[in-house]
Amino acid sequence: MEWYLPVIWAAVIGTAVAMYVVLDGFDLGIGILFPFARSESERDQMMRTIAPFWDGNETWLVFGGGGLFVAFPKAYAVVMPALYLPVIVMLLALVFRGVAFEFRTVSHSKTWWSVAFTAGSTLAAFAQGVILGGLIQGIPVQDGAYAGGSFHWATPFALLSGLALIAGYALLGATFLTMKTEGPVATRARAQAKGLLVVLLTFMAAVSVWTPLAEPRIAARWFSLPNFYFLWPVPVVTALVAFAAWRWLERGRDVAPFIATITLFLLGYLGLVISNFPYLVPPSLTVWETAAAPASQIFMLLGTLLLLPMILGYVVFIYWLFRGKVHEGESYH
Amino acid sequence: MDFDPVLLARLQFAFTIIFHIIFPSFTIGLSAYIAILGAMWLRTGKDHYQLLMRFWTRIFAVSFAMGVVSGIVLSYQFGTNWSRFSVVVGNVIGPLIGYEVLAAFFLEATFLGVLLFGFNRVPPWLYVLSAAIVACGTAMSAFWILSANSWMQTPAGYEMRGGIAYPTDWIAVIFNPSFPYRFAHMLNAAYLTTAFVVLAVGARYLIAGKYVEEGRTMLRMAIGLTAVLAPLQLVIGDQHGLNTLQHQPIKIAAMEAHWDGSQPGDFEIFTWPDEKVETNRFAISIPHGSSIILTHQINGLFPGLKSVPPADRPPVTIVFFAFRAMLAIGFFMVVAALFGAFLWWSGTLFDTRWYLAIMSQCWWIGFIAVIAGWVVTETGRQPWIAYGILHTADANSPVPGATIAGTLALFVLAYGVVFWFGIYYVNRLIANGPQGSAIEGVGPFSASPIAAAQGARGEALRKS
Repeated sequence: MEWYLPVIWAAVIGTAVAMYVVLDGFDLGIGILFPFARSESERDQMMRTIAPFWDGNETWLVFGGGGLFVAFPKAYAVVMPALYLPVIVMLLALVFRGVAFEFRTVSHSKTWWSVAFTAGSTLAAFAQGVILGGLIQGIPVQDGAYAGGSFHWATPFALLSGLALIAGYALLGATFLTMKTEGPVATRARAQAKGLLVVLLTFMAAVSVWTPLAEPRIAARWFSLPNFYFLWPVPVVTALVAFAAWRWLERGRDVAPFIATITLFLLGYLGLVISNFPYLVPPSLTVWETAAAPASQIFMLLGTLLLLPMILGYVVFIYWLFRGKVHEGESYH
Repeated sequence: MDFDPVLLARLQFAFTIIFHIIFPSFTIGLSAYIAILGAMWLRTGKDHYQLLMRFWTRIFAVSFAMGVVSGIVLSYQFGTNWSRFSVVVGNVIGPLIGYEVLAAFFLEATFLGVLLFGFNRVPPWLYVLSAAIVACGTAMSAFWILSANSWMQTPAGYEMRGGIAYPTDWIAVIFNPSFPYRFAHMLNAAYLTTAFVVLAVGARYLIAGKYVEEGRTMLRMAIGLTAVLAPLQLVIGDQHGLNTLQHQPIKIAAMEAHWDGSQPGDFEIFTWPDEKVETNRFAISIPHGSSIILTHQINGLFPGLKSVPPADRPPVTIVFFAFRAMLAIGFFMVVAALFGAFLWWSGTLFDTRWYLAIMSQCWWIGFIAVIAGWVVTETGRQPWIAYGILHTADANSPVPGATIAGTLALFVLAYGVVFWFGIYYVNRLIANGPQGSAIEGVGPFSASPIAAAQGARGEALRKS
């Protein structure tokens, strides 16, 4: 019990974070792509594709952060102070892009809330990338508490991760629009997706080269034997999926590019998990060292086993309810 | 410059949580009101209720968005501002917040999508059911977060090992001694707050002579509700106070500015508690008033502030005045609601312009009472963050004061912008009124897809 409970919880939180990245990823991505639309009417159409979902999507962020607090309070207590500034910036950015949904429809002039939506979405994506990069590059810990300054996270690597996530979310957004819209918005999204796919692959390659070079533990994880025999398919499958995404975009497929992009994200995520497990706070705190009391983990796990399937059920229901393409000129509410 | 990180962390948290609580206080009540309007629409088939339901839903959408985004901030601030709190009590508090997310947040967020965007996609019964689910979700959210907060006030069902709290009995943790009272008090406060907003909007329409039919419905429903809930709130508040006296007597002493526990307590209508001299200045008081309220005996004794050293007392002035503000509004609500009920009974409610004029200006009173109440209970808990377990001064994160000060400034700026725009937009929605948006032909008994599509097109035209 003591041994595998934290592993189960790491899987639960890992799933929540993956759900968040994919689901809020595409709706943040649509914010990032907002400035490239030709008119506010096109922006209405773009926003309409995500309006019924964004709130639920963002709830996975609360579950990810809240889950970390519940299951690994000692990791939560180190990570949040260490990444204080990017976390607060992300939260403030999410405030602006979140209220923009409703404020924009009520406001006489949509322009300013479109700007707020773009700025908030882009900044939130950047901050999340920085948080990810800041975590991977390691957090200094002393006596179970964060032992660095307010800007310890600010490295070229973390900033690069921030840019990478902007590109990645924009790609998710573009392929989502390819799936959910018609007309000029869909055509533009398809063209944007191709460019963004190349940019994202470049970033993924950069991270894949950079992290093993910078962190010997990551190099050892991937390139020592026998690990390499099991792990070599990960980059190969990633390359195949990327190629497939490109071909599907070329052939004008609606749904397949979005699925391929999600798969790319999950493969990248898997790569990061392989690099860092069992560390929750690299390079010092593991899932076992930071776990909550078994009684707390069990109590919450029971609720999760009961409620998570229900949640997934009604999430599927709402995506089914609002299925189909969104056309230009449809009303908001 | 030297910044005190603990003070700044407290200021930042106080600011973000006070901002946040404004919206749940409104949306908990409003979602229930919307669900009731929906149920009445289904029952009577009157378009009038559909119109009102959709009108309030638009206002709900704006308020709920602000509540959501300011709430996400809080779920991270436990770690960014109070990391040592998270470590010491995380085993116990964590799951309560986890249950809030799993049982309530996903439910609210998902069915809000149906409520806001699904009118033309689901049958009326499912639309109204979604409204009811959102209302239940908001109340469930209140259940869990108030359980967590109450545990910080009156911890139970745990043991301390090596300076860390471990749960021993989850039922005792969830239903800790102050939780039932705090939950009832806050839920009722949320319904009252919303009812006074609805009352104000209805009164505003009647004074202006616009949307008279809708305004009358709002007035009737709001007065009917407040005439019951406002007096009930006094009873719940009294019981809550007795519970606090039992578990946090020093908080009560600060609320009453009661210094000397060997004397019966006077009820101070106004005074200036002087914390240095440990006495009250300029007191206007009802002799033995507090003793009667708290002990139900004219000479009853209860602990005074002097029974603990100054370091163990909360800031008396803040607690005392916040409590006075809450009480004043509470009594005003009772008078306003009962007088409104009397006017209704005498058949002059809609014509008593001076009453409508006053009530139309009173939309904000519930919010102030809620904030004041929270200031009382949270400030009154000091110097503890978790009562008897951990001092606030030992709970903060290892983040430098300057960093917290900078982000506090950002929060004030960002929330300031969002708040004033939010108020402005809600006011505009109210000014536009519940007209022009009823979807004709989509009654609960005539929900044909074609009619729905026509209605949607008509609405789109009107909007553009």
